Amino acid sequence: MPEQEHHWVMVIDLDRCNGCQACVVACHAENNVPTVGAEGVVHGRAMHWLHVERFWEGEYPDVKARFVPLMCQQCGHAPCEPVCPVFATYHNEVENINAQIYNRCIGTRYCANNCPYIARVFNWFDPEFPEPLNEQLNPDVTVRRRGIMEKCTFCIQRIRRAEENAAAEERPLNDGDVQPACAQSCPTEAITFGDLGDPESRVARLVRSGRSFRLLEELGTEPAVVYLKEGDVYVG
Amino acid sequence: MSVEAAPLAWPQEEAPQEKLMLDPRPPEEMNEMVLNAMKKTGWRYWTVVGGLALLVLIGLVGAWGYQILEGMGVAGIRRPVYWGVYITNFVFWIGISHSGTFVSAILRVFRAEFRRPFTRAAELMTSFALVVAGMYPLIHLGRTWRFYWMIPYPNQRQLWPNFHSPLEWDMLAIFTYLVGSTIYLYLPLIPDLAMARDRSTGWRRRLYRLLALGWRGTEAEWHHLKTAINIFAFAIIPVMFSVHTIVAWDFGMTMTPGWHSSIFGPYFVVGAIFSGVSAVVMVLVIVRKAMKLDYFLRPEHFDALGKIVLVFSFAWTYFFFADYLTEWYGGEAVSRELLTLQAHGPVAPLWYLMLITNIVIPWLTLWNRRVRTSPRLMFFITFSINVGMYIERYIIVAGNLTRNRLPFDWGVYNPSLVEILISIGSLSTFILLYALATRLLPLIPVWEVQEGQFAHSLRRIGRSLVPSITELD
Repeated sequence: MPEQEHHWVMVIDLDRCNGCQACVVACHAENNVPTVGAEGVVHGRAMHWLHVERFWEGEYPDVKARFVPLMCQQCGHAPCEPVCPVFATYHNEVENINAQIYNRCIGTRYCANNCPYIARVFNWFDPEFPEPLNEQLNPDVTVRRRGIMEKCTFCIQRIRRAEENAAAEERPLNDGDVQPACAQSCPTEAITFGDLGDPESRVARLVRSGRSFRLLEELGTEPAVVYLKEGDVYVG
Repeated sequence: MSVEAAPLAWPQEEAPQEKLMLDPRPPEEMNEMVLNAMKKTGWRYWTVVGGLALLVLIGLVGAWGYQILEGMGVAGIRRPVYWGVYITNFVFWIGISHSGTFVSAILRVFRAEFRRPFTRAAELMTSFALVVAGMYPLIHLGRTWRFYWMIPYPNQRQLWPNFHSPLEWDMLAIFTYLVGSTIYLYLPLIPDLAMARDRSTGWRRRLYRLLALGWRGTEAEWHHLKTAINIFAFAIIPVMFSVHTIVAWDFGMTMTPGWHSSIFGPYFVVGAIFSGVSAVVMVLVIVRKAMKLDYFLRPEHFDALGKIVLVFSFAWTYFFFADYLTEWYGGEAVSRELLTLQAHGPVAPLWYLMLITNIVIPWLTLWNRRVRTSPRLMFFITFSINVGMYIERYIIVAGNLTRNRLPFDWGVYNPSLVEILISIGSLSTFILLYALATRLLPLIPVWEVQEGQFAHSLRRIGRSLVPSITELD
């Protein structure tokens, strides 16, 4: 088994998230995720790798909106991995990331059914990128065709690029070198990305802060996405 | 005071001559009956075949082709309901395929004599239902044209399929069952094919000569055939159990709410036999009427099958109750949500209909011998049971996926026109294959009936006639 170099972790501070959805747009742009139009969204065909779940708390007029940005949790013990008959979804031991190999996928959608976070999206049709979106496709990321499962990759192309840059400059990878599109675009800096293996990294300090929890932790999926509880009124 | 003693009558439910085994006719007359039923094709038959072929074209070439070209989006499935009618149909048809093995192999192993005239009709159902069921894993694939990547063969990608995946187990189990049950269908067919060969002319003679493998009916041939049938009858039973258990594990192995259950294996097997035996009754009623096989298929057979259906209705209810009660008592939030959904949600009418067709109707009617011996009533009862069993699979597959642990992603699922057309097309495929087979293969295992009649006799003991059976094996 190859040696694990990094333990990539994303920390999302729910106290900072204001539900602006900039991360969703950035994710679409970075990863060549097609849009499906309002009708498609209503029909449950939205392709967002990352979506902001909104929950209402309290009774009118004392209502508060809560936002939970949710993407593939990159589980350490992922339910989607063993059920795939063709190894299209498998565990990348080096990056500790739950990888999806588009070319292998035959579209059984079994992985999506077994994902407790409903984080996976399916290409119901061939993707369409209407003008001028076709001009800004990311050359680092494959465009997927119909019948294939896909999901958040932790922007693995950016991780690779940062590693290559560091290697070219003959220096170790520094904390903050890797920025997924969602983290880069977040105006309130609610999303932090980094290596949990480095005890001094920002994510390691945030995980230790005492506010951290993981979604559906009781299922034992060991997600690599850590949420920070809201400091004010969170009862949990 | 003296009481006139009433003559002591043997508690006969029916005159012994009403039983096929005790009502023998000359073998040649019986052969003629089966061959004539096979060779007769009227305009009505060809209308039905033509209509079915049209439906198959619309469903499997038209609708499925459209889906392959356009993408899975033309089906109604949507996040989070990634599996819908296709997988429901798959489970349903696998269930139907259990009838042949159950009715034929298990009854053969236990030497239930009433099985003799209808084993073949049931075995044919198994093979054709498996063909239809086997299409669904392909139909539901996002990239159907890459289905062969699930087959373990050395390839240029240097990649085996994932043997940890229940879908892989599924594929291997279904393939084994299809091969095994087809051989099991073929073996007892050989003497009848030889019989047909010796009594037909033209293309039929050439066909049966090929299929009968040179059967002459020597002592050694019979010995080998009986041994082979015996081996297959025993061997196919565990394969049958494994197939539907593994289909159930497609669901049970996941951590999806409503699916993750250790009882699903036996629960699905019982449900499969319940709907499968019901389907055998439906087919027998139709075949008996359409092909005028009243001599072979008698009220006694519907009576016996009716008892099996009733017993499996009890068994199914037991498993359903055990599964439901465990979920409800456990009281996990999402389980509670699912159970509420079944009782009050959009699937509630279906759920209550299922309880009526699977429990109320069989329990209220099938205890009655007069109901069981009426082919018409049996047809309606078994038809409604199959409707109910389809609903059961639909609620388990599609209904359970509409709710999950994170409430933001709850959804609604409604089948689309494409899904409905493909479902109708596959049902038509099954009926079409069966309709064609009834005109190509002897539907009644004549030699088995004759063998049974040879072994049965009526013995007079005192004033009453007692049926007795000679052990042949």
